[in-house]
Parts: sequence; structure tokens; C-alpha cells
Amino acid sequence: MGVGIKVEKLNAWYGKSQALYDITMQAQANHATALIGPSGCGKSTFVRCLNRMHETVPEARADGKVMVGDLSVYNGTTAVQIRRRIGMVFQKPNPFPTMSIYDNVAAGLKLNGFSDHRRLDEIVERSLTHAALWDEVKDTARKKSGASLSGGQQQRLCIARALAVEPEVLLMDEPCSALDPISTGKIEELIFQLKEKYTIVIVTHNMQQASRVAEFTGFFLLGRLIEFDKTEKIFTTPSDKRTEDYITGRFG
Amino acid sequence: MASPANNATVIAPKVSLWRRGTDHLATIAAVTAVILVLLPLGAVFGYLLYKGFGSINLAFLTKTPKPPGEVGGGMANAIAGSSLILLLGSLVGVPVGIGAGIYLAEYGRNRLGNLIRFTADVLNGVPSIIVGIVAYGLVVLTQGHFSALAGGVALAIMMIPTITRTTEEMLLLVPNAVREAAYGLGVPRWRTVLSVTLRTATSGVITGVMLAFARVAGETAPLLFTAFGNQFWNWKINQPTAALPLQIFSYAISPYDDWHRQAWAGALILIILIVVSISAVRFVASRGMMKGAN
Repeated sequence: MGVGIKVEKLNAWYGKSQALYDITMQAQANHATALIGPSGCGKSTFVRCLNRMHETVPEARADGKVMVGDLSVYNGTTAVQIRRRIGMVFQKPNPFPTMSIYDNVAAGLKLNGFSDHRRLDEIVERSLTHAALWDEVKDTARKKSGASLSGGQQQRLCIARALAVEPEVLLMDEPCSALDPISTGKIEELIFQLKEKYTIVIVTHNMQQASRVAEFTGFFLLGRLIEFDKTEKIFTTPSDKRTEDYITGRFG
Repeated sequence: MASPANNATVIAPKVSLWRRGTDHLATIAAVTAVILVLLPLGAVFGYLLYKGFGSINLAFLTKTPKPPGEVGGGMANAIAGSSLILLLGSLVGVPVGIGAGIYLAEYGRNRLGNLIRFTADVLNGVPSIIVGIVAYGLVVLTQGHFSALAGGVALAIMMIPTITRTTEEMLLLVPNAVREAAYGLGVPRWRTVLSVTLRTATSGVITGVMLAFARVAGETAPLLFTAFGNQFWNWKINQPTAALPLQIFSYAISPYDDWHRQAWAGALILIILIVVSISAVRFVASRGMMKGAN
């Protein structure tokens, strides 16, 4: 089951330049929350703070209160523990190039010491099925490299890989920006199904996509969260002038 | 308007003579360059075959050298000794080199890293005879006698900088997205480095190791006062040991025609030894690779 996310006064920096200012918001369990905004507004930085990927960048740091379920992300837990509970799908599909499709999905478990092969087979099949990729790869999963798949398939493979470790939250950082409309459609369908089991936070440049998949939407500008509300409200009657300007395409 | 097919046939001859001429010239230049690269290799191998092949027989491959002046005997002990010394050198040099390369690529963006990089580059340029003297001081003087181990240490010191730098380069070629994918799954950093980054760079790292191996396999100078040479069989790592380059050297400067012939045969065997071991490692490594991997 998914869990909710609560963020209070989150600030983030790259070296001396501040990227996020006092972000406060909540993402509801088993719902999709979309984050929109122009390039460089901090939405990617924000999701990377949720699973502490932000700090893997040299000289980057963040502080504030982030609760994922009952787990405090920046207090008393290690980044590794956090990331096992929060899956992430990146902008560009990034399968492990030297691993088979099967090993790509099993990687999260295998590399953390899980070695029950029969359970692993089940989990790999279930994750690939869940990511709507199983039928396309079931005969070649052990023989072919993850890098041999098409872009859209690779991204579904990355989703399967994230699902295999059974996270509670799935972060998606512009998961469709490198994909064609058909692959995008498949992934959006997938997001609908995934909401039943996971809490989803999705960064997107595509406002139609936000309105299609998400119940809640946040608008970021220059490192600040300008407005956060139900998706319908954001796209029909936004309360902030800047949000309205952005969604009607009057700037950026 | 003409159809696209027609267009193509009409346009093709219109490419100017000048452009077609430069195209041909560039192709010819590239092919010539390839031939110039392959020519010395072919010439060396061909000449070795011509001079040495006739002297390779069962005795050469199974017998130890005869006393000076007597015809016959072989280099079996030197072939075995070279294999032993190269094995020792690789056992020391490969892990240290790869380890240092990992440090430089994954953790080495600091002053210590720069120092190691600089040291490796300087070490790469140190003449091999000096590396031999260092191994002599380190191992031979402390042990009190020449040994295969001392030879191995000398070769390891020569292998390390090459392996270190190529490993670093190969790891840096692995896209950061691959590392992030592993971090995102909650894989600890050390595990990511070993099981993801290094694994992704395997074929490049192996190339570096093979390069270093091939380079030191033919080294004579660092073995002169470390492994020293031996007219008899030796399998003990703390005893003086024969090595092919040493044997070739002493036979080649001897006054006996039979020894000259054996020196050519030894040189041919040395080259074959290098080619066979490189091919074997490549073969084993390629079996672990996935189809369609880049």
C-alpha cells in the first residue's frame, strides 16, 4: 500500500545557490500528484530531495522536514533505507546495459543480498506484468540485454525494476519526455493502475499529462511552490496570477 | 516534377568531380594508414615464423637448455618460468591497479586523487631497468637471493599505472544515469561501484589489463636482477627462475648458431603466449556479456 508524503519547509542548495525555498506540501496516499513548472524551477530537485538522491550531486544539500508515511527522511534514517522504500523512474530510460532484462528487474533485490531464486522468478514476472512489459519480453528476458529494448520498453523496464523492490512511493521525473506518444500513452495507463498500490509523484512538462493522470497538481516557479491544489482547480480556476499565466502559455 | 526515384538518378552524376575526388583521396588515405599500422605487426610475426618456426620441436618445448656448445635442448623451463612470473605479476598488479582506478574514478576528485594520477603517469614513464632496480632493492636484498617473486613484483609495478589509468577512464565513461539507477534502488555506494559501474565497464577494464600484460610479458630489463634466470626447472616462487625474454637475450648474444636459432624460436613462442592468453581472457569475458549490450 502507498503512504502519504508530508513536506515542511524544505530548502535545497547546489553549492551556494539555493534551488528550493521553504516548500510545504502533502501528497496523498494512493493518488498521483503532478508537479509542473518551467525548466529550472526546482521540480526535479524537489522530487530528488524526497528520496535523498539530491545529495548524490557533489556539494548539494537539503534541509527541512520530509515524512514518508511514518518515516522521517532527513532524520535518523540512512539514504539507502529511504531509497528502498521510495522507487524512482528517471527522465531518460537507464537500464543497466550489461545486465539481461531479467537481471535488470532483479537488480534491486539481488544487489541487496536477496538470493531466493524461486521467489525472484515470481517477483520478476509480477513486476514485468505490472509494468505491462511481460508479454513482450517473456521469451527473451534472460537472454537479451536491457539496452536492446526500444526506448518505451526500456522505460517500462525501469518502472518494473523500481516496482520489484516493493516501494510505497514511486517518484517519476519526467518519465515520458524521451518517448513517443504511443509509449507515453502506455505509461500513463500504467500510472492509473499503479495508483492502486503506490503513491505517485510525477514531474512533467506536459500539462495535458498532468491533467490526465494526477488528482493533485503543484506549480513551481523559481524554486518556490506557487500553488498546490486539486488538478481540476489548477487548470480551470487557479488562484494565483502566475499559475494562470503559465498554464495559458503567456510566459516561459 | 520528377518522381523521387528519378530525382536520385538525376542528382547522382551531378556531384562534382572535385567532391568525388576528395572522397576517394580521403578513403585511400585512411586505407593506407590502416595498412601502415598492420604492416609492422605482420612483418614482425612473419619474420619470427620464418626464422623461428623451424626450430620449434618437441625437445624445445619439453627440455631444459644443454650446456654451452652442445646442440639440442630447449626452453621449457623458461616458458614455465615466464608463465609463473607473469602470473605472480598479474596477481599483484591487477587488483592493485583496478582498485586504484576505482578510487580515482569514483572517489578521487580531490588532492589525493590528483597525487595518485600524477604518480601513475610518472611511473608509466620510468624506464623498466629502474623498476628492476627498485624490485631488487625491495625483494632481492630483503630475501637475500634472486627469485620469481622479485620478477613478479617488478612486472606488477610496471602493470599498475597502465591498469589504473585505463580503469579510471573506462569507469568515467559509464553514464552517471547508470549509477543513479542503482542508488535509486537503495543499493549502497560500494555495491553500486562493484556490481554496476565496474560491471558496465568490464570490457574496457579488461582491455587495459591485457594491454599492461602484453607490455610486461616481453620485458627483459626488470628481470635481469630480479628473476635472474635459471638453467633448470624451478616452480618455487622464492628461487631464481628462467624467463623467455632473459633466455632469448642470452642466447641471442651467444656465439653458437644453434642458440641463435633457439632464440628465434623463443621469441616466436613468447608472441604466441601473449596472443593466446589475450584471446583466452577475451573469450571468457565475452561469454559473460549480454547480447545487444553496448
